[in-house]
Amino acid sequence: MIELRVNGRTHRISADADTPLLYVLRDELELNAAKFGCGLGQCGACTVLVDGIASLSCVTPIVLLAGRQITTLEGLGTPQQPGPMQQAFIEEQAAQCGYCIAGMMMRAQGLLQRDLHATDADIRKELEHNLCRCGSHMRILRAVRRAAGLMLASGSTGVTAPDPAQPSAYPEVTAPPDDGMRRPAHPDLRERPQR
Amino acid sequence: MDWGGARMGLRLLVIILVVGAAAVPLAAGTWQGAIAPIDPPAPDRFDGAALQRGLQLAAIGNCMSCHTAAGGAPFAGGRPVATPYGTIYSSNITPDAQTGIGQWSEPAFRRAMRAGVGRTGQQLYPAFPYDHFTLVSDADDALLYAYLMTRRAVRSTPPANQLRFPFSVRPLLALWKLVFFKEGAYRADPTHDGQWNRGAYLANGLGHCGACHTPRNALGAEKRSARFGGGRAQGWHGYAIDSASPARVRWDRTALRAYFRDGWQTLHGDAHGPMAEVVENLSAAAAADLDAIAIYIAWTMGKRDRADSVQQASVATQSSGAVIFASACQGCHDGSRPLPFGGVRLALSTAVMDDEPTNLINVVLEGLYPRSGAAGAIMPGFASVLSDEQLRSLLSYVRLRYGQGSPWKDLEASVQSAKAQRHD
Repeated sequence: MIELRVNGRTHRISADADTPLLYVLRDELELNAAKFGCGLGQCGACTVLVDGIASLSCVTPIVLLAGRQITTLEGLGTPQQPGPMQQAFIEEQAAQCGYCIAGMMMRAQGLLQRDLHATDADIRKELEHNLCRCGSHMRILRAVRRAAGLMLASGSTGVTAPDPAQPSAYPEVTAPPDDGMRRPAHPDLRERPQR
Repeated sequence: MDWGGARMGLRLLVIILVVGAAAVPLAAGTWQGAIAPIDPPAPDRFDGAALQRGLQLAAIGNCMSCHTAAGGAPFAGGRPVATPYGTIYSSNITPDAQTGIGQWSEPAFRRAMRAGVGRTGQQLYPAFPYDHFTLVSDADDALLYAYLMTRRAVRSTPPANQLRFPFSVRPLLALWKLVFFKEGAYRADPTHDGQWNRGAYLANGLGHCGACHTPRNALGAEKRSARFGGGRAQGWHGYAIDSASPARVRWDRTALRAYFRDGWQTLHGDAHGPMAEVVENLSAAAAADLDAIAIYIAWTMGKRDRADSVQQASVATQSSGAVIFASACQGCHDGSRPLPFGGVRLALSTAVMDDEPTNLINVVLEGLYPRSGAAGAIMPGFASVLSDEQLRSLLSYVRLRYGQGSPWKDLEASVQSAKAQRHD
């Protein structure tokens, strides 16, 4: 049993110690923002923050993460109250197919938490290893710059130390009862809060 | 390139200053004046064949790596080189008249290569490896000159060097040269054939392999008695490439040749750290020259004492390092996919066999990424998720399971030192 601290909440995880964090996030915690892309740490779609630093959840076994602070895209805000990074990506319409975007936002978030005055060159360098095959890079870069502006204006990167006693800002999603049928797992398409 | 202990360096320097005082007349003899400036030569002064040869030679000299800042224009300089004595910034070697070498005549260029003296007569720091370039022939210097003088001129002044006193005093370099520098073009060794000599000429001269693969003394001079015994480069260990080579399987000329061309070799792994830049440049060098270097380096490695057989130690699979390895590393390093896109079999990895863990630590923390925009294998880094303790147990496990040697001593110090270099 490993205790994982994700978006400020503590979860007791029964998965094997060598299970990649991504599988636990998606399959057990139903935090589906981080995506399975290559599964080899090459594409960045699975990026989350560990203690504020961008990390590839598909190659990070949970055995390494006891006591660490994990932040996923769900930890940056909600559809009702998007954080500055999410707000900026919406305003710039920076997603095409969207598959890479959660990873892009998390890596950019890590950068801006470190340095709100990151230059264009810093942003490009930071995002270099996150692949987007739609080619929405220019909009992604604009969105990250806009996010930095929003953060500077509000004086907050949008992530506050969460209070474990408080329920998550993101609504609980209850898995439907298992009817024994196999169906394509598309958890992202399950009920979402209405905007 | 990193250079030995600075404190010892200071002591040695004092000794040399004393010796030097006696040698002032001699030192004055090595002082050379300015060479008259010229107008930058018109590019059409040089013929195409010379430029092609110059390009191939510059690739062997790896000129671009040091003389290009991250994200900067090629050859425009400004790349910081950390030394124990402070930071040196590479110079602009584009033909810009004001900030580059546009006013350098060919004799001025040749003198810099041969004697480590700039056009205006100032002593050059040996971060510019003239201790090797002195071997380069006049003919090859002319080709390099033609190549550099036809690059795009870029107006860019590198930042001023930040060296501690007394290392900031350039004239003192004349004394350093008196003690450590031997000027003179390469002389062929008649006991070897032409190809071997070509390889020795290129590897010890323009290629300056020893700059990273030979240990240095406290004042930054290569120890001639320990040539190719292993050195340092930008926080990496330049492996020994003499008979002490830690490679599990002996390098031969065929393997070296493939490694120079591709940047990886199936029985040895991928080039990483500064060597990745070297092999990327080498891919542009002339095939015959690379053959010659491969022949010579295979010769320097010579016979060896290590067994080539690959056997794995049986080790406990219950340690925390074993668990981390099984979950984070084995997926790519299980040997089921060939290089370069599968991970190297660690039983063949030179980083694991090496007497020090530096390079393995760097790779585990930072991963391996191709240069920006280039194709290549990727290994993700694990710096953000491995605690120091987890890293140590992983390293110990990998060494025990795959390395032939004894356990690495004082892993903690090696980890801290590698981390400190990363943040420089």
